[in-house]
Amino acid sequence: MDLKKQTSAPLYEALEKFRRNRVVPFDVPGHKRGRGNPELVDLLGERCVQIDVNSMKPLDNLCHPVSVIKEAEELAADAFGAEHAFFMVGGTTSAVQGMVLSVCKAGDEIIVPRNVHKSVINVLILCGAIPVYINAEVNTRIGIMLGITKEQVEEAILAHPKAVAVLVNNPTYYGICSDIKGICELAHAHGLKVLADEAHGTHLYFGDNLPISGIAAGADMAAISMHKSGGSLTQSSILLTNNGMNADYVRTIINLTQTTSASYLLMASLDISRRNLALRGRQSFQKVMEWAEYARDEINSIGGYYAYGKELVNGGSVYDFDVTKLCVFTRDIGLDGIEIYDILRDEYDIQIEFGDIGNILAYISIGDRIQDLERLMGALAEISRLYSREERRFEVDREMLLPKVAVSPQKAFYSEKESVPIRKAAGRISGEFVMAYPPGIPILAPGEEITDDIIDYILYSIEKGCSMQGMEDPKVEYLQVLKL
Amino acid sequence: MRGNEGINIMEIWFSENHSPHVKFDIRVERQLYSVKSDYQRIDVFDSPEFGRFLTLDGSVIFSEQDCFIYNEMVVHVPMAVHPDVRKVLIIGGGDGGVAKELLHYDSVECIDIVEQDSTFVEVCKEYFPETAKGLDDERVHVYNTDALRFLRSKLAAYDLIINDATDPFGASEGFFTREFYGSCFKALEEDGILVYQHGSPFYDEDAQACRRMHRKVFHTFPISRVYQAHIPTSPSGYWLFGFASKKYHPLTDFKPKEWKARQIPTEYYTCNLHMGAFMLPKYVEDLLEEEERE
Repeated sequence: MDLKKQTSAPLYEALEKFRRNRVVPFDVPGHKRGRGNPELVDLLGERCVQIDVNSMKPLDNLCHPVSVIKEAEELAADAFGAEHAFFMVGGTTSAVQGMVLSVCKAGDEIIVPRNVHKSVINVLILCGAIPVYINAEVNTRIGIMLGITKEQVEEAILAHPKAVAVLVNNPTYYGICSDIKGICELAHAHGLKVLADEAHGTHLYFGDNLPISGIAAGADMAAISMHKSGGSLTQSSILLTNNGMNADYVRTIINLTQTTSASYLLMASLDISRRNLALRGRQSFQKVMEWAEYARDEINSIGGYYAYGKELVNGGSVYDFDVTKLCVFTRDIGLDGIEIYDILRDEYDIQIEFGDIGNILAYISIGDRIQDLERLMGALAEISRLYSREERRFEVDREMLLPKVAVSPQKAFYSEKESVPIRKAAGRISGEFVMAYPPGIPILAPGEEITDDIIDYILYSIEKGCSMQGMEDPKVEYLQVLKL
Repeated sequence: MRGNEGINIMEIWFSENHSPHVKFDIRVERQLYSVKSDYQRIDVFDSPEFGRFLTLDGSVIFSEQDCFIYNEMVVHVPMAVHPDVRKVLIIGGGDGGVAKELLHYDSVECIDIVEQDSTFVEVCKEYFPETAKGLDDERVHVYNTDALRFLRSKLAAYDLIINDATDPFGASEGFFTREFYGSCFKALEEDGILVYQHGSPFYDEDAQACRRMHRKVFHTFPISRVYQAHIPTSPSGYWLFGFASKKYHPLTDFKPKEWKARQIPTEYYTCNLHMGAFMLPKYVEDLLEEEERE
């Protein structure tokens, strides 16, 4: 990384210059620097609406960058150690879709861990590729799905010669990393591409003593959620390519679904966040790591909570652990994660990232303050004192089930369907997603066979207060299945 | 008088917004010190009316002229109710004023002060040496750590906790939260008392904070009463304190005879005032009762 070059932010600087030139707008957007919508100016502020502008020569165009956006993307590629970087304005979902569509076409198989984000399965519906799921090992104590092993990937490659790519979460929502370097070597030896879903891994590129980043490990593409640990605006993201991937082709793929009116607020936020990460990321994430480790120790000393960390690392299903993730297993005090998530918000005015059946995740970032961490820990201690009940055993094998893929997600999505009562759906093929949110891993995806165990698990998740999403019937009394 | 002539030549005013539309100004002779610590900005001024005063992030925390009022009110009110206070925890209070007041009581064996900001303690020692004397007594121990962190490991350890932090919006925001009041409850003996700064109920934003505080404490402690004082440098000059207790009621368990027998010198507190301080204006009563019904 060329640190001297990283001190500039070409897109942001061009916007500032443009703002000072006071150009009269006879183009879109129609609010015309906010003048046509004073309430919007009240809400967002003058500086913000003044740079909400359209693509034009001095500001380049995201669909075919030739000047300042191109320079900003080149700086981002250099900062992340990749050959090319693409600014994305449709969230990391759009970056994940860009990766899959760039390497898969209809009928191809793609190897993915079961705990993939729903954006991956959605894009399979678009392109007609078929998922080969790897059922990652489950930690039976804390009930979370771990990483995939090199051996599992090899098995899948040998069993599915049509597979063209492997997708790896680096890390998972819970901070679990697979041996992505080993998987890259293996996949490349068999001629497969490796796609790194780094929705929770931006900081891996800017930290010492953190797990290896996708690009450093040899991945061909990586989807980076800059708006999570990177600090940019919500919905902004970066797609990286490496190993001689054809950047023009990737750009063409991105343009299939990307807006032609990309927001300069989002793009400028990517530009200055990249600069910030390149110049100050290491110190910032060092602090984040120290805080998260401190919080882990303190929470573990409360008693009853288990804030897990590096001790999970086992060389296989947990190849490495991202210590910035503050995950806490809560069932030993008799409370589900989702219950603590609600109590923290309703009683203590503390909003955490998610609660699932057994765990909570507090997101620690460059914007935190130590006194707020103390509040979180104080609240957890109080919740344990006031609300703890008899310890709850965990029924893990009910938790993580791997349905059989009967037809491709695309075929299932477009097939004729009918509603059946959920209890009578066993033996049928699902026509829709069933997801428990958070953490948003599908229990069922279109094309998968429904069994009694899966129905039990869905009902259990509802009872526990998870928000169920993806289904046509919001009450989940009926499931959409393929017509026989 | 030469000093006054100097003032007339040059006017320097310290301003603090008490509401978005009300400003409180103190004429300043000179600014003695200004520092940005890890937690807050600390300034010290000399003024003709209030003497030397200290501000945190632009808000007056105490002045030489009116600090006796709240130091006495947070100490003597619980001390005249609880018959046997031995162990006291003061949160904030790095200036030593509250500790100094407590040291009048021989029964007090141990005073722990948790003041996160060591710079604040240093500034007080330097510029308010009289008040900071309270920190030098061998019964007093100062801990520079976060109060929530300090409290997490304490169980039934204190007879009295005084929360001297005043600002529910600034660096001490964490000490006006449900987790804080709950941690205090846990750290108190079964007949323990918590006294805390309850803010000013007059201006709208302050009144909201006041309500939130009362709701949280009311649901945490079996007894939760509010009392008042007139403090000139506080917003609208009117200030409330909270009295939260596991066992003793501030009026029915009030022991004026015993307290008088101790012969503690005061300038503000009297036994009559103790009773009167709990007699609140109707609008304050209404505001508190609304929160109790929530």
